[in-house]
Amino acid sequence: MQQAAPLADIAARPADGEAGALRIVLRNAFPFVVVGCIWEAVAHLGLFPAQFFPTVETIAEAFVRLTLSGVLPHHALDTLIRLLAGFALAAIVGVSIGVVMGRSRRAEDYLLPLVAIGAPIPGLAYAPLFLLWFGPGNVPSVLLVAFVSTFPIIYNSWTGVKAVKEIWVRSAHAMGADNRALFRHVILPGALPYVMTGLRLGLAQAWRILVAVEMLAAVPWGLGWMIFGAQEFLNTDVMLAGIAVIAVIGVGLEKLVFKPLENFTLVRWGMMAS
Amino acid sequence: MTADRVRTLRRGATSIVIAAAVYQAVAQSGFFASALMPGLPTIAQTLFGMLADGSMFMHAVFTLYRVLFGFGLAVAIGLPLGVLMGRFQAAENFVLPLASALMPIPSLAWIPVFILWFGLGNTVTVLIVFYAALFPMLLNTWTGVRAVNPIWLRAAGAMGADEKKLFWKVIIPGASPFIIAGLRQSFLRSWIAVIGAEMLAASNWGLGWVIFDAQQFLNADVMLASILVIGLIGFFTERLVFGSLERATIYRWGMARMAKG
Repeated sequence: MQQAAPLADIAARPADGEAGALRIVLRNAFPFVVVGCIWEAVAHLGLFPAQFFPTVETIAEAFVRLTLSGVLPHHALDTLIRLLAGFALAAIVGVSIGVVMGRSRRAEDYLLPLVAIGAPIPGLAYAPLFLLWFGPGNVPSVLLVAFVSTFPIIYNSWTGVKAVKEIWVRSAHAMGADNRALFRHVILPGALPYVMTGLRLGLAQAWRILVAVEMLAAVPWGLGWMIFGAQEFLNTDVMLAGIAVIAVIGVGLEKLVFKPLENFTLVRWGMMAS
Repeated sequence: MTADRVRTLRRGATSIVIAAAVYQAVAQSGFFASALMPGLPTIAQTLFGMLADGSMFMHAVFTLYRVLFGFGLAVAIGLPLGVLMGRFQAAENFVLPLASALMPIPSLAWIPVFILWFGLGNTVTVLIVFYAALFPMLLNTWTGVRAVNPIWLRAAGAMGADEKKLFWKVIIPGASPFIIAGLRQSFLRSWIAVIGAEMLAASNWGLGWVIFDAQQFLNADVMLASILVIGLIGFFTERLVFGSLERATIYRWGMARMAKG
């Protein structure tokens, strides 16, 4: 009974309270338990050499060992700094270019073709070129991350500024707003939902290539480098522990950075339902 | 209106010419060694050379083969699974937590692990592409199926449609704007992933590999020529394949407005 399903679902779901919360936690944990058990079974059966297919305990042990010795936090911290440096650069440049393109027809005409040519090329393709130009290390990684995440930010800021209703701009003018006030109180808040989407996409893009860039750029610290380096020594447990940390950072970025920011601005201004 | 368009085109052309001129000036100023930043004529020459001897074509064929294999696999698994998740609460409860944990891991992070498991070569690249393409496909299909208007389902049910008819005549067309958006997003991700995977895991052919390999010999002209080809293929696939797919389905069915939402 397809039609009845949503209703039944609502009825079955307790309004709130501990029992409901516990059930949700259990429901979400269940698939991980199943997959973990299968993994464990395969690892213990010895179908693959233990070195290549470590048990869950071995991975957890590697994780604890590396965390306690401070190696893993150092790698993770360097990756995060690189991500934020590149992303900050992209946010400043991208939003500026996008807003200028949205406000000035002339700037739009001049810049759009360049953006349209640059955007479809996967940023990673430039990685070896950047390495040749800037040498291995931090500079090319940060620049590449910035370069890749700039394009979605430009596109969305540009669209957002253009989507600001003409009537808002006119009424602000009529009420005597100067250019600065217009920008601060009308255009910026009006374009913000799009800008936020752009920043979100930009950060996601940056995150997706950063790990690979670290593998290519031979940086001294970084999760990508850690995973890549562990391959030489066949330390699959270290690699999988690194991937787990990457997953946690990825989920954290989404939940801790963008959700609160969105709630703080857009929802407060009533531009989006929470 | 036409004068306006002419002005836009003129300005666009101007900016491209200026950008090319600036690049050429920097290349000739000797700030970078000419091996690292070759002039535009050198790049053009290399590009034509590689096109003429067929090596560029071979690289492109290998890359396309890997991308289509991985992408096809992702669609073959992601689409049915997404439909199942949209239709059955149990499937959703099981797959969604796993998908939300695996999705934020960049596919490229798996390369070293996959190399250990499967050895260098095509398998790793195809699997990385598959991983990159799977989640956008899965989540878009799931959203699409859930977004099908329940009234349509009830109406079709009332008119005596069985499960099979309901699926092919209502659910799939109803979810199609999301499914096509998913295909598009999946392909973009695959295209990025294949380049990265080839750099780290391929052994003798592929556009990503040739760029990586050229770094060893400081052949920046080969790199730039390949980057150009990568950009062109990506651009035309996006425009021609997905553009026409959209026109043939959701525009024809009058559902384009939903695709934006």
